[in-house]
Amino acid sequence: MHTTEVDVAVIGGGPAGLAAVTSAKNAGAERVLLIERDERLGGILNQCIHDGFGTKVLGESITGPEYAQIYIDKLQEAKADFCLNTMVLDLTPEKVLTVCSAEGMRRIKAGAVVLAMGCRERTRGALGIPGPRPAGVYTAGVVQNYMNLRNIMVGRQVVILGSGDIGLIMARRLTLEGAKVECVAEILPYPSGLARNVVQCLEDFGIPLYLSTTVTRIHGTGRVKGVTLAQVGPKWGVKSGSQRFVECDTLMLSVGLIPENELSKKAGVALSPVTGGAIVDDWFQTSVPGIFSCGNVLHVHDVVDYVTLEAEAAGRSAARYAAAGSLPSSPIKVKPGQGVRYVLPYQISGEDAVEFSLRALAPEKDRHVVFRSNGQVIRKMRELMVAPAQMIRVKLRADRFPKEGEITVEVTE
Amino acid sequence: MEQYDVAVIGGGVVGCAIARELTQYRLKVALLEKEADVCRGTSGKNSAVVHTGFNVKTGSLKARLNVAGARMFEGLCAELDVPFKRVGKLVTALTEAEVPELHKLKATGDANGVPSLEIVDGATVKKMEPNVGGVAALSVPTAAITSPFHLTIALAEVAVANGADVLLQAEVTAISGKEGSFRITTRRGAIGSKLVINSAGLYSDHVARLAGVRRYKVYPCRGEYFIIDSAKGGLIKHMVYPVPPKGGPGLGVHLTPTIDGNILIGPSAEYVRRKDDVATTRAVARKLLKEAQEILPAISPRDVIAAYAGIRAKTTPSSVGGFGEFIIEEVPECPGMLHLVGIESPGLTAAPAIALDVAQWVGRHLSLVPNGHFTSKRNGAVTFRDLPPEKQAELVAQDPDYGHIVCRCETVTRKELKAAIENPLGARSLNSIKYRARATMGRCQGGFCGPRVVDMLVNEYHVPLTEISLKGPSSSLFAGEVKDLTCTPQR
Repeated sequence: MHTTEVDVAVIGGGPAGLAAVTSAKNAGAERVLLIERDERLGGILNQCIHDGFGTKVLGESITGPEYAQIYIDKLQEAKADFCLNTMVLDLTPEKVLTVCSAEGMRRIKAGAVVLAMGCRERTRGALGIPGPRPAGVYTAGVVQNYMNLRNIMVGRQVVILGSGDIGLIMARRLTLEGAKVECVAEILPYPSGLARNVVQCLEDFGIPLYLSTTVTRIHGTGRVKGVTLAQVGPKWGVKSGSQRFVECDTLMLSVGLIPENELSKKAGVALSPVTGGAIVDDWFQTSVPGIFSCGNVLHVHDVVDYVTLEAEAAGRSAARYAAAGSLPSSPIKVKPGQGVRYVLPYQISGEDAVEFSLRALAPEKDRHVVFRSNGQVIRKMRELMVAPAQMIRVKLRADRFPKEGEITVEVTE
Repeated sequence: MEQYDVAVIGGGVVGCAIARELTQYRLKVALLEKEADVCRGTSGKNSAVVHTGFNVKTGSLKARLNVAGARMFEGLCAELDVPFKRVGKLVTALTEAEVPELHKLKATGDANGVPSLEIVDGATVKKMEPNVGGVAALSVPTAAITSPFHLTIALAEVAVANGADVLLQAEVTAISGKEGSFRITTRRGAIGSKLVINSAGLYSDHVARLAGVRRYKVYPCRGEYFIIDSAKGGLIKHMVYPVPPKGGPGLGVHLTPTIDGNILIGPSAEYVRRKDDVATTRAVARKLLKEAQEILPAISPRDVIAAYAGIRAKTTPSSVGGFGEFIIEEVPECPGMLHLVGIESPGLTAAPAIALDVAQWVGRHLSLVPNGHFTSKRNGAVTFRDLPPEKQAELVAQDPDYGHIVCRCETVTRKELKAAIENPLGARSLNSIKYRARATMGRCQGGFCGPRVVDMLVNEYHVPLTEISLKGPSSSLFAGEVKDLTCTPQR
């Protein structure tokens, strides 16, 4: 098999991959290659025809395809190479990729690799919703793909389980195209998606959102005929007598995203059980030297703008690693404390300022995000509202960091 | 009206094995299946195990057919190019109290002629299966796994290649006439046949009744399963079974590696009212996981990618429990018709041997003259994923369709999908494609490849959008086009 060499290989041509490969090239990596398995660049952005993209990095609200095009243009300006319809079948810790396309199979030896494969949706199987297995059970992203890229209507009467952002967006889209969205059921006592989407996609269209409610059974053998909804108690136990049948021909699931790390595992990259993504330092370097991770394959983001920022940083690190063969070590550990589900990066070098990403455990009003090190508060900032749906980003200057030891991050009163 | 020598009712593994067996002779054979594809009932929803016969009653018809079928299986799979793996089985005793049961099973197995059975101690269990607990086990090295889908499909395809007619969506609604001139009415019209074979599985009692035979009753007994992500497939190498529950209608919840690298957990055993009630339930799901974790603590609910249920065709009601005998007989009420009733586990294993017995029965009514051109050799689907990279590269160089990966989870190429869509039986539903080429079977359950398979069906095979289905008519996937615009998909 033919082998070629590159300085930086980026796997996945969605928003993370686009930003990573362009910034690696602009940071001085000569030979860069973006590898995309689909027939076009842009990833899931291509099917996100709603607006709301770009508010943080571009200062305007545009659609997904428009956002993608801006970064495709940047890639082309930077003259970064890319290939389409190409699947990476294998990745070794030595950073050798086996790739496959209609043109043939080949190996690519990379100086540095950026993982930017994105995520996949949780399915009915992963949830274990009881009942037979009829047609008409879709995940929200698949419905979005069929409607927006293929002009296909999956159903006319829809129940949505889960209040993730794509589900909310699709509730509106389905309604605008004449479907009757009966309701959105969310097992948690609060919505999983962003507040703006609850307002703009459900409330504005009179679609009921039932909290602490789930689907306990799917009905129908050929096509979905309905679902049983039930209220749940504190430990997700079904409240007896709360079950009711809702007629529908489609059950759409918007119940979470899972970072797509199958290739990362092949390369021996250590993953976090909390995020499902790689454990990285402030260079976005994984446990395997020279392999970097960014975007939704690292942790699921709320808005694409942060994916772009993160991926640009990862691309710069990859270029630096490819040139130097190593990066400064990261001896300072960062740990989630009270009220924090996870915080990234997991360890830092202390060399430069760091933008931390963290998520709160529960929605609460009037909180403080507190960074502590060796018993001292090194940063404290007030948040009027925190919610698990909304990522909190905090930048700390290098002079705040201790030389060693650890930093704990809390969300408290 | 088309005339046949033999009409086989039911496209499960037994019916398809019979159809293939009969096409060796100068006989015109029809196979009638009510669903949109073969292997849609019990044959496709079980543990996919080739049983050795250590737990069936010595001297029974079931024991004879089980042991004979197991002997034929590997050769048949090789001939049909169907996956077969002799992974071996461990029946584990979790407590000392269960150990005597292992010796009883071994004694039955020895008496039935099952080779190489051995009782091993806890240390050996640990060595053979480091992740499994147990104080002792019955080791069954000749037990094997297969793919019931591939096998049933292959049997049907070979039957078709040798001249049989496989009629899908042809549910039988009436049977009249008598030996030599039966008339079988189906939802696709009527056919005539000299002999009739009732291998309708769960519905064999119903089909018998259509011919005036009222002596059978099939009791549906549901078994639910979980499928574990192939990423965790390495946790076990052998099938791992518990000591079978006393007097129960099943073999106990066991762990079975699959041909595709997953692990199956199940089945439960629960009598249900309806023969099509393949629903999974929350209560059983919890119980399955708990029992599986007793055997293999490393299994977690997070590893579950899908659940399914199959229905056993039992002749013993719940008040009796246990296992009944296979019924394979012609009865005085209706000469010229053979009934196969209660072919529950180990029906898959026994299928090739059952087919031989059925051919003998046909031979008692019609002369069996070899047709001289029968061939059972079949080239099955290429599984790109399982080939070494050099071989993969060679295939891609030969045909660019091998270089186009459509399903990322299972690494299925466009070439494999085309072969699946162009299958000789003409089955076009998404599940038909899934069972032939694995697309939509993986951890994303079709999230990525589903729309791409739909593109192929619409653009290359000109299947109208509203006719694309999950498993046949009444399971259509789409309501039509957005806005019902007149734009047609690109061709």
